[in-house]
Amino acid sequence: MNQEHAARRLGKGAVPAPAAPLPAALAAYATGEPEPAYRLLAEREDGTVVRCGQVVAKAHAADSDPEELAVRMRIAADRALAGVLLPPLRPAAGLLRGRPVSLWPYGDPVDAERPEDAPWEAAAELLAALHRVPLAALPGPLPAMRGPAKLARALRRLARAGGPDRGPRPAAGSPAVPPAPGGGGVSGLGPQVVWDAARTLPAWARGEVPAPGGGVLCHGDLHLGQLVRGSAAGGGWRLIDVDDLGVGAPAWDLARPAAWYAAGVLGGGAWGRFLGAYRTAGGPAAGPAGCDPWPALDVAARALTVQTAALALAKAAENRRRLDDVERLMVESCARIATLPPHLEGPRPA
Amino acid sequence: MQCPKCHAMMHTYNRNGVQIEQCSGCRGIFLDYGELEALTRLESQYTAGQYGQAPPPAAPPAPYPAPHAGPAWGAPHHGHHGHHRKGFGRMLFSS
Repeated sequence: MNQEHAARRLGKGAVPAPAAPLPAALAAYATGEPEPAYRLLAEREDGTVVRCGQVVAKAHAADSDPEELAVRMRIAADRALAGVLLPPLRPAAGLLRGRPVSLWPYGDPVDAERPEDAPWEAAAELLAALHRVPLAALPGPLPAMRGPAKLARALRRLARAGGPDRGPRPAAGSPAVPPAPGGGGVSGLGPQVVWDAARTLPAWARGEVPAPGGGVLCHGDLHLGQLVRGSAAGGGWRLIDVDDLGVGAPAWDLARPAAWYAAGVLGGGAWGRFLGAYRTAGGPAAGPAGCDPWPALDVAARALTVQTAALALAKAAENRRRLDDVERLMVESCARIATLPPHLEGPRPA
Repeated sequence: MQCPKCHAMMHTYNRNGVQIEQCSGCRGIFLDYGELEALTRLESQYTAGQYGQAPPPAAPPAPYPAPHAGPAWGAPHHGHHGHHRKGFGRMLFSS
């Protein structure tokens, strides 16, 4: 299929030279000009994002499910999510070089140089609002939240990156990993502790089987890069990036901050503000204020710890560098998780 | 004071200037706020005396975490070093 023809058919006139790199082609698609100035905001295997003035264009992963993406974009545009999700400039994705492309208004991100100023309360309130949206009124069919699929992908990347340990060890007879002595170094801080920690999770959390039924609308990939604000967003913070949006366990959206906190990466003050604001706003994922949130958060927080550590080790191996301090804390968390008993699956339906 | 475990009476003893409560039934020991740190300090002074090392500076007692302050697998002192670590900002912003 001729992608440039598809791009033109979907409403933009400019056709960049076929040899132009994807970001330049994306900028031309976004503006309708042949060679506009643009700024590359992200270029990863799961998405390329450019900014041209007040427009942001995203080329989604080549293997995105087009029907699921279409529903996710309709949800972002739905009035029920106004004030929570940033709405797209156009309700449907186009196509460029075989990849779905969506257009969004530009919003100012959280200042990555000043993480101490991060809007933890706003993030928590947006998540609580997202988790409280009645599903029946939303466009459908509602896709599943892709958090567990992202964990599976992180583990595949770890397996590809290799190293001395090359994948999940058979469940039987695995030796326990010693806990971190006094929070210091752990011997054998490598891929094996991540595989051992992954084995403590239920299969659904590793994306190996469908998640249990039920759930609420979840973002699926919350981190501080997923918040923007600006005139287009009415001045308040909004959540962006709907690629993993769907129905699932709301604890997943709290699990990254929970995993950072449990590893000693995030201070108790920031975590307390985030959790407190979420509960005050009526979020359902962590029980009422005053009760222990960890029974509700534990599986998802372990899952995000495994995912973060797997990606850290994979990136370090791919770039032939050592783990930085924070990455090492996440792998140390895996070493402690690995001392828990492996998850025992309940009886399977016949 | 009653033992929270076996409900027998607890008696107060003085160990090197530190007050501790011991249960007359199960022999369990209850420490008040700061007493564990005081005992640790005494222990390190004793060790220094034995081996001639300089004792580490005594840390002020940290507030004990609330029972639900973290998961069982959480870092021993979570959150105490947060923002100053290399890579902190990057991790908070990546998928």
